[in-house]
Amino acid sequence: MNEEIKNTKDLELDIKNLVVEYRTPGGVTQALNGLDLEIEKGKTLGLVGETGAGKTTTGLSILQLIPDPPGVIVDGSIKLAGEDVMLKSEKEMEKIRGQQVSMIFQDPMTSLNPVMPVEDQIAEVIEMHELGEDGKPISHSAAILKAKEMLELVGIPGDRGTEFPHQFSGGMKQRVVIAIALACNPKLLIADEPTTALDVTIQAQVLEMMKGLREKYGTSMLMITHDLGIVAEICDTVSVIYAGRVIEHGTLEDVFDFTRHPYTEGLFNSLPDLDHRENRLKPIKGLMPDPTNLPKGCAFCPRCDYAMEICKTEKPPRVYRNDEHYVECFLYNEQNIKEGGLLGR
Amino acid sequence: MAKKKQTETVVMTANGEQVIKKQNLALETWRRLAKNWSAMVGLAIVIVLVLCAVFADVLYDYDTQVIKQNISNRLQAPSGEHPMGTDEVGRDVLARIVHGSRISLEIGLAANVFSLTVGGILGAIAGFYGHRVDNIIMRIMDVFLAIPGTLLAICIMAALGSSIFNLIIALAVSGTPGYARIVRGAVLPVRDMEYVEAARAIGCTNKRIIFKHVIPNSLAPVIVQATMHTATTILTIAGLSFLGLGISPPTPEWGSMLSAGRAYIRGYAYLTTFPGLTIMITILAFNLLGDGLRDALDPRLR
Repeated sequence: MNEEIKNTKDLELDIKNLVVEYRTPGGVTQALNGLDLEIEKGKTLGLVGETGAGKTTTGLSILQLIPDPPGVIVDGSIKLAGEDVMLKSEKEMEKIRGQQVSMIFQDPMTSLNPVMPVEDQIAEVIEMHELGEDGKPISHSAAILKAKEMLELVGIPGDRGTEFPHQFSGGMKQRVVIAIALACNPKLLIADEPTTALDVTIQAQVLEMMKGLREKYGTSMLMITHDLGIVAEICDTVSVIYAGRVIEHGTLEDVFDFTRHPYTEGLFNSLPDLDHRENRLKPIKGLMPDPTNLPKGCAFCPRCDYAMEICKTEKPPRVYRNDEHYVECFLYNEQNIKEGGLLGR
Repeated sequence: MAKKKQTETVVMTANGEQVIKKQNLALETWRRLAKNWSAMVGLAIVIVLVLCAVFADVLYDYDTQVIKQNISNRLQAPSGEHPMGTDEVGRDVLARIVHGSRISLEIGLAANVFSLTVGGILGAIAGFYGHRVDNIIMRIMDVFLAIPGTLLAICIMAALGSSIFNLIIALAVSGTPGYARIVRGAVLPVRDMEYVEAARAIGCTNKRIIFKHVIPNSLAPVIVQATMHTATTILTIAGLSFLGLGISPPTPEWGSMLSAGRAYIRGYAYLTTFPGLTIMITILAFNLLGDGLRDALDPRLR
């Protein structure tokens, strides 16, 4: 039944069973182990997880930018609006990057070329992908004009376009990065922790702006973050990723109000609670497992308070709470997942 | 309508500022270079040399004053008429030094441009693509580096015979591996910068990334190397000519003037003193300028 419903969805991005390894002389790092992701057209998916869970690798694989060597896509499929990007040639990918799919990188301080005026950097993506009115590639002056418009759009005066990145503050640089990413109206925007390097007031501004632009252009978005506050602010659906696998996925409401997986619960417990400041934070004990040597069973079981014998030896199956919301955990079966109440929340 | 007017004025004021802002990085570097007095001294001397080379014909006529022998005037001590004296066949030493600057600078520049282009492109490719490409290119460069530069130039000159063109080739070949190493070293950290990844993520081709993003960001050490290496090249030209492998007489060249004056050093020391001083001051000037540029371009001091 679930299959049928999924087939009717209009998916912008559809990743199935993606396996990515980094093969180095020191061993094989299993970055992604059968990752599944779906983003509907115009919706925003939050990809939440710890450092090293494989969030950035996911973003880079969509653009086919995994550094190779050592990175190898071993298995799985990545479909953009129904087309498999793994079958595309490098030339075809160059057309897709920046036009159909754009990426915002984590650190605006280093993701702009320091010796190029910012408007030239915005114009670059426009020149590469857009045609002028005469059907020929757009002229440089027309691209610069459009670049200035983009700057105004993200709230920077157009006449500052001739300035260099070091003349901008961090928040403004991130706005420039966003302007570059949105310059060609991409269908999918991959935002890799876009606000991590910014302070909170600027974070709020940038998020607010991204929300506005997303609605204006109907862009689908993959929001890669470890900040649950941002997820609550901007996402429609949430996928929680652990050791390269989605362990819980659902709508924002499903995941926040009907949390089922012990790891997701752990993430929520790591947030301070303003109303009950006397409660101690309950961080998740331990660290992410060594990706070169993952546990045989559930990857989370060494850190899990609810771990059972079976967790050590077998991979947990996927259990659905409703059409969207699923969990990969041995705690649940078809019946008790609807009721919940197994976790101490 | 009102809105349109507004954008127009914005563009107008923007245009006024544009010129200033475009040159910002270069201007800033220049300002810091100007504060460094030793670099400015070096720059002044280099400018004087370049002017000498450009206006050599105006100052001294090549046929009548530089290469025409005049035995009755031979070996005169420095005087008002001949500020640096005359040589063993009566030619004015200053006139020959002035025209010699033309040879040194021309050959030095030509050889450097060649080394820079070939070595720079090879180094950029090696650094950017890495792995096997890097290995192949850099090991070939290592073979050249294993032979001392001057010795390599001597070998090439001995094999090809002495002419200005062959001298340029010899110097260019011996200078290429140095540039390749410098550029590769400068490209390596830039290649892994996030803005290069970002450029790739907006669909840039490798060629565009190399020429638009990587090379402009790795220029600073190359500019310094170019200045310093010009000094080395001029020294090598003089050295080769001194050994009789570079420029052949009667063409005026500092090294061959030293070589010719050597026989008279006990009685007429000025024959070797002035060309020697010229070589020394030239090298010093280029090195001072290079040092100054290195400090001015160093991002850590910004």
